Amino acid sequence: MASSTHTPSALPSDSATQDVAKLAAAAEAQQAAESVESAEAEAYERTHVHGVYEAIAPHFSATRYKPWPAVASFLSSQNPGAVGFDVGCGNGKYLGVNPSLFMVGSDRSESLVALAEKRGRQLLQEGKRNVDQDRTNPAGGEGTGGAAVGIATEVVVADGLSLPFRERSADFVICVAVVHHMSTRSRRQEAIRQLLRCVKLGGNDHADGGGQVLVYVWALEQGSSRRGWEEGGEQDLLVPWVLKSGQKKPKAEKMPQDAPSKGGEAETATPAADPVFKRYYHLYRKGELEEDILAAGGVVVTSGYEKDNWWVVATNEPPSSSSRPR
Amino acid sequence: MKVLTLNFLTCAARSCKQSSDSFPLHPKEAELASDDVELNPQLLSNLLPRLDWNALRTTSTELGFPALPEQPPTLEELESDEKTLKDLHSLLMETNLMEGKLVCGHCGHEYAVKEGIANFLLPSHLV
Repeated sequence: MASSTHTPSALPSDSATQDVAKLAAAAEAQQAAESVESAEAEAYERTHVHGVYEAIAPHFSATRYKPWPAVASFLSSQNPGAVGFDVGCGNGKYLGVNPSLFMVGSDRSESLVALAEKRGRQLLQEGKRNVDQDRTNPAGGEGTGGAAVGIATEVVVADGLSLPFRERSADFVICVAVVHHMSTRSRRQEAIRQLLRCVKLGGNDHADGGGQVLVYVWALEQGSSRRGWEEGGEQDLLVPWVLKSGQKKPKAEKMPQDAPSKGGEAETATPAADPVFKRYYHLYRKGELEEDILAAGGVVVTSGYEKDNWWVVATNEPPSSSSRPR
Repeated sequence: MKVLTLNFLTCAARSCKQSSDSFPLHPKEAELASDDVELNPQLLSNLLPRLDWNALRTTSTELGFPALPEQPPTLEELESDEKTLKDLHSLLMETNLMEGKLVCGHCGHEYAVKEGIANFLLPSHLV
């Protein structure tokens, strides 16, 4: 039996059996520490992510209605009838972008999901009105053609780390501005792993690469923004949201046409009475999202940068890479 | 929540993912409502191959609808048989689960459905 003095162990001990016992104890302790860490991370996110979105839901929703171009083009590239999930759907602004798809949204915030449902119903009603107008007016105009309405209301409340979606059932998944709210790297990678599990695997025998997952996160490199974040800066931040009292009834007010990231982000001088909520963000540095995709067992298909955000389209690793030319 | 959506939902608990009993979820004390949705034959035939037909049969029966055939209709049948098309449209697109529960057949957890929205947040012992 090899003497323990020959093993480069960090634990000084008299015998190999003791080493093993200590290693086992260390592993157990590490597991316990991880579980504590995970519980702490969860509690932290409850305060600095979930609680904030519950509190700011209507105001937040009123500032989020314009789809990001990279997301909109991903959605319009999907085949008609494709099934997709929007994990962290917020107010559901992506659910009706391409009416030939069937999409189900999920979000951790009950308030945002309720708003998304309401929004979908309104779109449905408006669509119906447009269709009726088209019918009564043969000259037509643009119209929605009827097919453009129907499914924009399918939403559930769910945690991104415990998704209720049938595995391998989706043609695609989008996850926009969500993963950066997870407060440890292992949780961010686990969130991506969960997304990858939702989509179909590619086939061996044909060019089908399987379902695609689009992940979109805030970038550390925001050279053009007024936030002043750039390469080399702090990546884990609490970002204030000022709940403007004048905007508590978003329905009554039309928000100005503005880029999606700007609205309400604590940039203007506000009266002292406006409450400020701080949301946790992990700002992704260049290349980090790709690393997390790989760690989660994914393959990067394409990636890019769009106005202060990094995005990646990923798939699962092919079942047998040797038999596939690509 | 549409019956169509139920075909893509399973138990959120990690320990249930590997069990075939966790899908489909079983409606309990279900209150249904019917929406008037424009018939979209193209969307239906595109969705058909993406459905888990056996699960849909179970759901349909559990909600008290007539039993569906063992095999899904072929695309040709769907195009030529208007009744099949309309029945499927009515079940998948127009029938909504508004209130009640969705029960996992593996762990027994009941997910509440309120105002058409199911809540899949888990109690901490199931996470």
